[in-house]
Amino acid sequence: MLWYTGRRLLQLIPVFFGATFLIYFMVFAVPGDPVAALFGDKQPSPQVLEQIRAQYNLDKPFIVQYLLYIGGLFTGDLGTTFSGRPVLSELTRAFPITFRLAMLALVFEAVAGIIVGLVAGLRKGKIFDTSALVVSLLLISVPIFVVGFVLQYVFAINLGIFRTTVSSQAPWNELVLPALVLASVSFAYIVRLTRASVSENMSADFVRTATAKGLTRRRVVGVHILRNSLVPVITYLGVDIGSLMVGAIVTEGIFNIQGVGGTVYKAIQLGEGPTVVSFVAVMVIIFMLANLLVDLLYAVLDPRIRYAK
Amino acid sequence: MPSNASSPLSADHFVADLEETPVKAVDAVDESEKPRSSWDDAWDSMKSRPLFWISAALILLVVVVAVFPGLFTHTSPTSGADLQSSNEGPEAGHPMGFTRQGLDVFARVVYGTRASLTVGLLATVIVTIIGIIVGSLAGFYGGWLDAVVSRIGDIFFAIPTVLGAIVLMSVLPSRTPLTVALVLSLFAWPQIARIMRGSVLGAKSSDYVTASLALGVSRFRILLRHVVPNAITPVIVVATVSLGTFIVAEATLSFLGIGLPSGTMSWGNDISQASVSIRTAPMTLFWPAAALSITVLSFLMMGDVVRDALDPKARARR
Repeated sequence: MLWYTGRRLLQLIPVFFGATFLIYFMVFAVPGDPVAALFGDKQPSPQVLEQIRAQYNLDKPFIVQYLLYIGGLFTGDLGTTFSGRPVLSELTRAFPITFRLAMLALVFEAVAGIIVGLVAGLRKGKIFDTSALVVSLLLISVPIFVVGFVLQYVFAINLGIFRTTVSSQAPWNELVLPALVLASVSFAYIVRLTRASVSENMSADFVRTATAKGLTRRRVVGVHILRNSLVPVITYLGVDIGSLMVGAIVTEGIFNIQGVGGTVYKAIQLGEGPTVVSFVAVMVIIFMLANLLVDLLYAVLDPRIRYAK
Repeated sequence: MPSNASSPLSADHFVADLEETPVKAVDAVDESEKPRSSWDDAWDSMKSRPLFWISAALILLVVVVAVFPGLFTHTSPTSGADLQSSNEGPEAGHPMGFTRQGLDVFARVVYGTRASLTVGLLATVIVTIIGIIVGSLAGFYGGWLDAVVSRIGDIFFAIPTVLGAIVLMSVLPSRTPLTVALVLSLFAWPQIARIMRGSVLGAKSSDYVTASLALGVSRFRILLRHVVPNAITPVIVVATVSLGTFIVAEATLSFLGIGLPSGTMSWGNDISQASVSIRTAPMTLFWPAAALSITVLSFLMMGDVVRDALDPKARARR
């Protein structure tokens, strides 16, 4: 296990540098001057432009900029948004909101998705299974912002059960509807994954043995089928954090939530490229770390991986 | 065995008389019949499923609409706007009502098909070609090539596709269907490459590869003629499904305002523009969203059917 953890950590290092370099490179290799673009039609004097370039290290060669950025990352300096606020303080303000939203969404999609997928897998070919499959396909094919608008229209505008937009404090109860929106697509994937995995394990030898030795159905399903079916679902949750982030940008935009996603959404609307980059870079780093965690969790769940070298 | 008949042991052992087993009957193979490939089996399995015909018909319809939008509506999607009928409901000749600018929603949905489908198709083709080439070279030749390619793939794989596309599109000055497709493929190719690599690794150790090597066939020719055709099936399944997800990704980017420019007719742009007046005219948002979802759904269903048909294990399970 220790060996495995160490190897995964070592593998993360080149990927981390590669990915941050890539994002940084993409933005600066693209033609166009971000500073000039900031001012739009009214161009300031060349001195002002020079000063801003120096402030953001844009006057230095690309590789130096990148190294300064990485150096900043490790000392807790994530750069400054173009409106002048440090990215780190923006993050510490916005992150708890997005974290609450993502946690709610994760709980919704995992609990509901596993239950529906388990029941569907156990009753393969029955009406519940077929309708679960149809609903999950529909949810996957409808873009998340359409789901967002539809739920907002039905539950907040028509029925008035939830608030249309979330207040700046974003307490848990106001985040329920946005979290449902955010969870919708992943819920569908988890249903399909759990269903496939359960129906495959149903015919596994260990399940037949468990039934043959007289275990109750509850125990066979709960301990033998479910636990073994959860391994692919856990792996999926790691990949899913990436789509949750994209979803958070869209969902927080729709419901006007002041989280990380909402900040990125506004920066995109205002055309603040550098702000988008610094926030998304942090998102990518979180995504990589979350994937590492999931990999380790996966190893704990599956003994075959734990002992393999 | 008949060959034992002459061995010294034959005296103590019972040896079946040659005449008792009509060897010829067992070995008889009708050589005139065309050999059945796994593709024939897959086709047989697919054509018996209604889901295949439904999704094939839908895909055909969407393609025809994208290529010949003029066949389906005579109303112009961009001109003849009448602000007096802004956000009005359906009326004669305008079955889906009007947009906020007073344009015919049905015409916009019909003409928007092309941009959405172009991005999806282009991105899928680019990703599939890059993925197949990179994945099969890495899997087949192994060694340092595999190591380098796999590590580069890991880096791109670590960035979620739409997240990376958001970064790049928010600084890219040119926004056309081609650039959107290219940006999406830039972050999506490692998935196909990984699948292809794994599949090639499996096919590489087959007997027919060893046989071809023994016959003196060049390694590159083996890769091209024997390994790739046998390893390509999982890629086809994933490519079909990803066509749908690329269409969704384009719509998401357009919704954020960094996909296709707002002047370009696409479902994503229309949904984005309709979202402003969702309280007063929700149907204006509904129609392009429905068109997009049905298109994506048909590609997802097709992917499911193709996977079931190409994977014998899934076929037996069904």
